[in-house]
Amino acid sequence: MTLSVQDLRVYYRTLRGDVKALDGVSFDVADGEILGLAGESGCGKTTLGKALIRMDGRMKLVGGQVELDGENLPIGDTVKMNPFRFTEVSIIPQYSMSAMNPTRKIGRMVRELLDSRGVTVDTDELHRRLDLVELSRDVLTKYPLELSGGMKQRMVMVISTLLNPSLLIADEITSALDVSTQKAVVTTLKGFRELGFVKSMIFITHDISLTNQLADTIMVMYAGKLAEKAPADTIVNRARHPYTQLLISSLPEVGVRYAEKKLTGIPGNPPSLLNPPVGCRFQDRCPLAFDKCREEPPAVEVEKDHFVACWKA
Amino acid sequence: MLKLQEVSKVFRVGAFGGKTMTAVDEVSFEVARGEVVSLIGESGSGKSTIGKMVLRLMSAQKGTITFDGDDVTKLEKRAYYRKIQGVFQDPFSSYNPIFKADRVFSMIKEVYFPKEADRIWQDKVAAALNDVRLEAGQVLNKFPHQLSGGQLQRLLIARALLLDIDLLVADEITSMLDASTRIDVLNLLADLKSRGLGVLFITHDLALGNYISERTVVLHQGRIVEYGPTEKVFETPEHAYTRKLLASVPQLHRKWEGV
Ligand SMILES: Nc1ncnc2c1ncn2[C@@H]1O[C@H](COP(=O)(O)OP(=O)(O)OP(=O)(O)O)[C@@H](O)[C@H]1O
Ligand SMILES: Nc1ncnc2c1ncn2[C@@H]1O[C@H](COP(=O)(O)OP(=O)(O)O)[C@@H](O)[C@H]1O
Ligand code: SF4
Ligand SMILES: [Mg+2]
Ligand SMILES: [Mg+2]
Repeated sequence: MTLSVQDLRVYYRTLRGDVKALDGVSFDVADGEILGLAGESGCGKTTLGKALIRMDGRMKLVGGQVELDGENLPIGDTVKMNPFRFTEVSIIPQYSMSAMNPTRKIGRMVRELLDSRGVTVDTDELHRRLDLVELSRDVLTKYPLELSGGMKQRMVMVISTLLNPSLLIADEITSALDVSTQKAVVTTLKGFRELGFVKSMIFITHDISLTNQLADTIMVMYAGKLAEKAPADTIVNRARHPYTQLLISSLPEVGVRYAEKKLTGIPGNPPSLLNPPVGCRFQDRCPLAFDKCREEPPAVEVEKDHFVACWKA
Repeated sequence: MLKLQEVSKVFRVGAFGGKTMTAVDEVSFEVARGEVVSLIGESGSGKSTIGKMVLRLMSAQKGTITFDGDDVTKLEKRAYYRKIQGVFQDPFSSYNPIFKADRVFSMIKEVYFPKEADRIWQDKVAAALNDVRLEAGQVLNKFPHQLSGGQLQRLLIARALLLDIDLLVADEITSMLDASTRIDVLNLLADLKSRGLGVLFITHDLALGNYISERTVVLHQGRIVEYGPTEKVFETPEHAYTRKLLASVPQLHRKWEGV
């Protein structure tokens, strides 16, 4: 098992109280598995990714255990995390492309980045990997502006996997890319796994159609909790959680037009994470809600590898 | 309403600006009131550059951009921005991290509605937030880093709506939204369109462009390769590039080949 997360709780401290962005999430990622993480904006996906690598000052680990390759991962302690970060677990953050410093050449940026993490660049290995993702070696002498979005994204992928981490977290790395570039990114990620540059992956995206092209398993979160987790195919074709079902039915497939068939989102808003409701967090929007939903539904394995947190599943 | 005529933009790149690259190459198209025109193309094809020129965040080297017949570069900026607003792909870049995120609302109040009573203004803000499915209590009075990417993006859309503009330049505004919120935002745009808003809908997502736009412009390396009614572009694409784009759209029930 590459990653094992038990009852993880991470809150943000604010003046008005704690924002319970991750509130008791448990899941595993097997060796070689690509886990797709989906869910409404604000449900805690980025928080989960950040918690596994670097908590920012306002994040507070309230509870839970994380193991990476059988070893306890000290996520609550930024200093103790140093030996793991980047070498064992690495992240491609949301908006990493736009975060590239425009005044630095790519090569210099790579060197500075690796220096700051106490690693020296193995130039041969770097070149070999650039070749693999079909980036010419002169990208290192270019400025970020001279690279297309797809090229920048491949560059970021190469840098963040240079030390062969066990786990790579990719946060919305394809959202800004056009479809043909998305396809290239997905192919590259799969290739990285095949070549052993990364063992397992958490691939965060809003786009379930895209996740389904890559992920072995899909986990759907809702308001800081796990709603459903199952093999990708099961989520797409036989989801059991009402939220997953509604999310999938709101996807526009090519060919659907507003004038002919108006799609609908899920009515209502997700609950505030400052004072989330007791019981199922989807109850205010759920068409199937009944009395029992005022108690919290546990995540139950309804069939092999298929977990659902819903009283009606 | 908005008309681009043979607009080009050339950037100087490299350390001393020695090289040039043509990001937008003689592009012409129009957006009318009550119409959504989608601008589709891969990353780097020049979509955002066009959006920025329309919004006067950049100047064009060649060609003209007119709004109701007036050359936009000659219009007074404040009056122009009362009619046209932009929302961009990366919401984080539109906020100053040291101020609360809702400052984006108070700023437009100061500039455009200084006389409006606070009570009325607050109701307007609440209504605009409701249109983008945010709750005031959840998003007001917070710093940008306390909100998620999708929440920040919806605040910016709400701000544009408060101005009651004629044209919205929406540059990849839905790429950070989940499927359900995305549909709500698209339906909202469609609703505003029927009330007369024109939208330049920049996207790399063909399904979304097809869903709401009347006309589609397909851009490839800064040039228009296809331009016409959306159904026609999608059903009988003439250019090989358009066909390639259509073939690589990820579909829920179909796996990509060769991945
Ligand atoms: N520093 C912070 N202080 C307080 N609340 C925060 C902070 N950062 C995030 N939050 C809140 O925590 C929740 C989860 O945020 P997170 O960024 O993990 O969402 P996400 O699922 O990645 O969303 P998106 O899909 O929009 O990127 C949101 O409600 C957000 O407003
Ligand atoms: N300020 C700039 N200086 C130099 N080149 C730029 C600048 N802005 C954009 N470009 C280049 O112009 C091309 C078009 O960019 P852009 O309009 O952002 O594309 P899109 O929005 O379609 O992804 C890209 O190759 C990009 O690198
Ligand atoms: S537990 Fe109840 S409210 Fe929650 S998803 Fe299931 S039926 Fe709906
Ligand atoms: Mg996020
Ligand atoms: Mg762009």
